[in-house]
Amino acid sequence: MITVTRMQESTLPKPAESAPAAKPPRPDFITVRNFNFFYSQKQALYDINMDIPERQVTAFIGPSGCGKSTLLRNFNRMNELIDGVRHEGEIKLLGRNIYDPKLEIISLRRSIGMVFQKSNPFPKSIYENIVYGLRIAGHNNKSELDEAVERSLRGAALWEEVKDRLHENALGLSGGQMQRLCIARAIANRPKVLLMDEPCSALDPIATVKVEELIHELKKQFTIVIVTHNMQQATRCSDLTAFFYLGKLIEFDKTQKIFSNPSQKQTEDYITGRFG
Amino acid sequence: MSASSITAEPDFFQHSESRKSSLRAWGNRILSIICVGLSLLTLIPLISILFLLIKNGLPLLSWNVFTELPPAAGMVGGGFGNAVVGTLIMVGLGLVFSAPIGILSAIYVNEYSPYGRLANTVRFVAKLLTGIPSIICGVFAFAVIVATTNSFSAWAGGVALAVLMLPTMLLTSEQALLGVQNAYREASYGLGATKFQTIARVVLPDALPAIMTGVMLAVARAAGETAPLIFTALFSQYWAKSLNEPTASLSVLIFNFATVPFPHQIQMAWTASLVLVALVTIANVTAQLVFTKKH
Repeated sequence: MITVTRMQESTLPKPAESAPAAKPPRPDFITVRNFNFFYSQKQALYDINMDIPERQVTAFIGPSGCGKSTLLRNFNRMNELIDGVRHEGEIKLLGRNIYDPKLEIISLRRSIGMVFQKSNPFPKSIYENIVYGLRIAGHNNKSELDEAVERSLRGAALWEEVKDRLHENALGLSGGQMQRLCIARAIANRPKVLLMDEPCSALDPIATVKVEELIHELKKQFTIVIVTHNMQQATRCSDLTAFFYLGKLIEFDKTQKIFSNPSQKQTEDYITGRFG
Repeated sequence: MSASSITAEPDFFQHSESRKSSLRAWGNRILSIICVGLSLLTLIPLISILFLLIKNGLPLLSWNVFTELPPAAGMVGGGFGNAVVGTLIMVGLGLVFSAPIGILSAIYVNEYSPYGRLANTVRFVAKLLTGIPSIICGVFAFAVIVATTNSFSAWAGGVALAVLMLPTMLLTSEQALLGVQNAYREASYGLGATKFQTIARVVLPDALPAIMTGVMLAVARAAGETAPLIFTALFSQYWAKSLNEPTASLSVLIFNFATVPFPHQIQMAWTASLVLVALVTIANVTAQLVFTKKH
C-alpha cells in the first residue's frame, strides 16, 4: 500500500509573516523543467523551463492561446479536471515534484491559492465563503474560523467594507468586492503561492487599482504568479515577466528589462503592439 | 452610415406612410391579438376543470370525509379517509424508492462520468421510460411483486409509482445539476476540496431548488395515476393495517365511484377529486416555499 504523505507545515518554510525577512527569498520557489503539455492530441506547451522566485510577483503575458493560463493551471494541477490531458517533464514546488504520486492533490491545492478571471464566490454568506477551505479541511472551531475571516478580509483589504455584513450573501457585493473576496478566500488557507488568472479583466479601473495595490501588499507574504492581458498591469505590479508565444516561453526576465530592452524580437513586437 | 446620409434620402420617412408599411403594422396588431386570444383559450379548460371540481366537490366536503370509510353501494354518508391515507402512503413509498436512485444516478451521470457509456445508456433509457404508458408500470409491478407474493399490496403500489417517477426524477435532477455554474466547482477544487466535498457542499445545495421542483413534478403526476394502482394495490373498503394488504387510493376511488349509478357516490368522486388536486397543490407550494433560493 502506498503511504500518502501530506505537505506538512513543518516541511515547508513558514509564511513570511511568521518569519519576517529572516531568510532571503528563494530564487527557485517554483521550478519548471522541460515541461510539455497536451490537450488530447494538441500540444499546448513546448519545453518550458523557468524558475519562479519566492515573494515576488511574476507576470505571464502573451497573446490569447499562447499557453500562459495553461501553465498557470498546471501549478495546482487544475488542468486535470479536463479529460484527456497529458504532460511531460516536471514542476517542483520548493523542490518537491507536484506530480509525485505520493503527494495528495488536495494538499497541493490547499497550499496554492487560485483566483479566477471571473470572480466566483459561492452563493453563500461572505463568512462561509472564506471559511470554506478551512471547513473542508476539518476545522470547525468557531474562534479559529472567526480569526481566519478577519485576518483574510484584512489581508484582502475588504474588512472595513464588509465587517458589518459578514453573514449576508456574497453575491450582493460589487464586482470588485467579489474579486477581493475570492482573494480573501484563497489566502484563508494560508497558501504558499497565489495564482491569479487575469484577476482584473472583468473589473472597472477603480476596482482594478484596488486589486493591484492588494497584490503589492500580498507579495510581502506570498509568491504570486499573475496572468494578464494588460501590459500596463504587468509593468505596474510585477517584478518579473514571462512572455509566451504559441506555447513556448520566449523570454523571461526582470519586468523592467522586458519592457525597456527585450532581447527577443518577438517580445519587442508584442509589447509595442505590432501583433497579438 | 452618417446622420446626413439618412436625411439625404428623401423617402426614408415617407416610406413609413406607404400602403405596404401600414399593412405590416396591421399584420403585427392582428397577430398580437391572435396570440393573446389563444393564450386565453388555453386557460379555459384549466379554469373550467377547477370550477367544476369546486362546484361539484365542495358541497360534500367536510371533516368527515377524512375520518370515515367509503359508504357501501347505494348508502349515503361516509367518507374516503382510507383512500387519502393510502394515496399518501403509496406516493410516499414511491418517493422513498425513486428519489435516492434518481438523484444519485443524476449525480453520477452529470458529475462523475458525463460522457461515459454507462451515463449515455442511463440517459437514453430514462428518456425512453418517460414515454412508457403508466399502465405498463402497473403490469410490471404486478408481475414482479403481486404475482410473486400472491397479494395486492401497498408495497406493489409504491413500486409501480416509483417506476413511473424514476425517469422524471433522474432527468430533471440532471438538468438541475447541469445548471450549476462550473465556476463554483473550479473554486471548490482550487481550495483543495475533494469531488465528494464539492458535490455535497457546493453543487447539491445550489441545485436543490431545481431538483425539488423535479421531485414535486414526479409526485404530482404519480398521485393522480390510477392505472398502476389498480393492478397493484387494488382497493380496500377499510383502513390499511399493514403494507402487505390491498390498499385504497384516491385515484382508484374516483375511478370506482364515478362509474356507479348512485348519485351520492358520484358526488363523493367529485369531492375526492377536489381533495386530490388540493393535496398536490399544497405539496407543490410547500416545496416551492421551503426550497426557493434565498438570494
